Amino acid sequence: VTDALRFIDERTAASRPLRKALRYVFPDHWSFLLGEIALYSFVVLVATGVFLALFFEPSLDPRIYHGPYAPLQGHEVTAAYDSALGLSFEVPAGLLMRQTHHWAADVFVVAIVMHLVRIFFTGAFRKPRELNYLVGVTLLALAVLEGFLGYSLIDDLLSGMGLAIAYGVAMALPLVGGDVAHTIWGGEFPGEVIQSRLYIGHVFLLPAVIATLIALHLTLIVRTRHTQFRDPPASERHVVGTPMWPGYALRSLALLAFVAGVLFALGGLIQVNPIWQWGPYQPWLGTNGAQPDWYLGWLIGALRIAPPVDVVVGGYTVIPEPFWGGVFFPSVVFGVLYLWPWLEQRLITRDLSRHELLDAPRDNPRRTAIGAAFFAWVVTVFAAGAADRIFLSVGVPYDTQVWLFRAAIFVVPAVVYFLARRWVAPS
Amino acid sequence: VSDETPNLEEGTPFEREVGARRGAELLAAGLLIGSAIGSVAFVVVLLASGDTQLLGLTFAAALLLLGGALAAAATGIAPRERAIEDRPRLADPEATADARERLAMLTEGVSRRRLLGAAGLTAGAALAAAVAAPVTALGPSVGDSIVDTPWRRGRRLVGEDGAPLTADDVPRGSFVTAFPEGADKRELGSPVVLVHEDPAKLHLPSGRADWAPGGIMAFSKICTHAGCAIALYRSPLYEPTSQPPGLACPCHYSVFDTRTGGEVVAGPAGRPLPQLPLEIGTDGVLRAGGGFSGPIGPAWWGVRKA
Repeated sequence: VTDALRFIDERTAASRPLRKALRYVFPDHWSFLLGEIALYSFVVLVATGVFLALFFEPSLDPRIYHGPYAPLQGHEVTAAYDSALGLSFEVPAGLLMRQTHHWAADVFVVAIVMHLVRIFFTGAFRKPRELNYLVGVTLLALAVLEGFLGYSLIDDLLSGMGLAIAYGVAMALPLVGGDVAHTIWGGEFPGEVIQSRLYIGHVFLLPAVIATLIALHLTLIVRTRHTQFRDPPASERHVVGTPMWPGYALRSLALLAFVAGVLFALGGLIQVNPIWQWGPYQPWLGTNGAQPDWYLGWLIGALRIAPPVDVVVGGYTVIPEPFWGGVFFPSVVFGVLYLWPWLEQRLITRDLSRHELLDAPRDNPRRTAIGAAFFAWVVTVFAAGAADRIFLSVGVPYDTQVWLFRAAIFVVPAVVYFLARRWVAPS
Repeated sequence: VSDETPNLEEGTPFEREVGARRGAELLAAGLLIGSAIGSVAFVVVLLASGDTQLLGLTFAAALLLLGGALAAAATGIAPRERAIEDRPRLADPEATADARERLAMLTEGVSRRRLLGAAGLTAGAALAAAVAAPVTALGPSVGDSIVDTPWRRGRRLVGEDGAPLTADDVPRGSFVTAFPEGADKRELGSPVVLVHEDPAKLHLPSGRADWAPGGIMAFSKICTHAGCAIALYRSPLYEPTSQPPGLACPCHYSVFDTRTGGEVVAGPAGRPLPQLPLEIGTDGVLRAGGGFSGPIGPAWWGVRKA
């Protein structure tokens, strides 16, 4: 090893930064692992995704299915759907890889959201970390988009229904919607070229951007060092914890192995997105009880409870209804997230100083209450996306639920804010 | 905020425990061997049966046991340390001032700064527009194609298999999907949903009196909200208490009243479901009596509300 190190150092002068990196200090707190879980889910996504890409055919060319799944034999399907069925039934370990990829995507977004919640309620986004916070929020948006592109690729019934809605939402952009949608789809929905565009976006463009932003995210952390809870001798001046080598590297590799192990266990044991049951997509087909992956639930909820209002000027539908749930609502959510460090600075704390130590949620009760109300608002809209399922399991009529949810998106955040302000007292 | 004490620049241990804890080494070795067995079992399963559950179990076991060994090594074998480190100094006013000065060197002794700046911005904006222009190659601008559907007066209705449909093919209490004969079925303007209701109970808008021969009506199958397919038909089981018949979209549950010619009765859709006039030819086959009552598919700004 000494010789290898000398060989490299004589050519790159890498020993000095390596020496420093080996002593990089990681604070010890369980909540700091959430971001790492997201990172390692991404590793599993890339690894399983490469495997899938070797078999998947991104084409809508029609063909007759002749595979082992009897109910579809003799039916016309597309090359994309056919190859995804082949991955599921014929390629050795193909179904394991497909399901693990799907689970990893779901866990990836869960971990990012949980990480964001941690960052938010502990004030980790404050100076000097606002830029890195923006990178993180962008990663969340890209992860959701990447997941949507992924399950839209397969051309099963659910992916086609999701794309139809995406087309409807794109069309609903005021004034430019028709042209935007026709540019993306290469003409009218469904078209043919959308498949190869989704594919290049899903397997190359977005992963490249996500990987680059992850690298930037980590670089910025190293520049500023980690935040830390108040726990002497940790202070605004000193960071305290486990050095990278040997302690933290082993622990983090253990987490990588655990995350990958859990994802492969899920992929092997718990069925997810059984595309052969949905069947191939055609624009004239739809199914009841269709639910997207969880991270799109907030958007379908918004599309379902948004008021049925088209804004019509001079006979022209300037703002079609899907705009409210599909564009306006997510823009508000991400707008608040992006602006929060400055909103808080201007409206709540008036605090422009640098903060290396984290708040406990009770240290800033107004941030905690506003954040709790905000997340409760999004979760309420998310729940509205499951109204049809709630009808089936609880029996509350769907129309009644729509009105209940429309009231709940005002009542729930207000109640949560009130309760949070009562319970969370400054220490 | 910075501390110049040099010995805290890199992680400096202040608590250190060296030497493996009791049993930790044996535990880690056992877990590593278990992990190896898991990996070998994965390969065996892959070659033998390829059973997905067993593949998942064996590979997950290999990874989880490896993770356990690494965790044991981290907490019980390798030196356990807590270290302290200076936080880096972030702002350096002197360096900032210096950098600003060096950046300013560009315009040193230049008198027409504003002219050059404006010209530079113009060139940059024009180049950006030129670079963005090929985006238009990705798709046509929205034109008449979107309003145009394959339906013409006299065009026969066929089922998914291409066979012409007669009035007898449309039962009461259910719906049938139909297409224009010979047209591209995937075009959004093609699919229609056929329902059969009691002609005496219809209240179609004026001008549609002869659109529903024998109570058979055709509506675009593409929801006017977000473009999903209408896939649900609510048919009254007992007229006095049931809700009137309706067609619904399973994506966001817009419901359209068939008796009134597709008016929205619930859900987020902003426009009625376009109705297609029907005729029954001398051969008994259903035919279109013309085009749809309004634009089909999801709304966009150019959609005119009648």
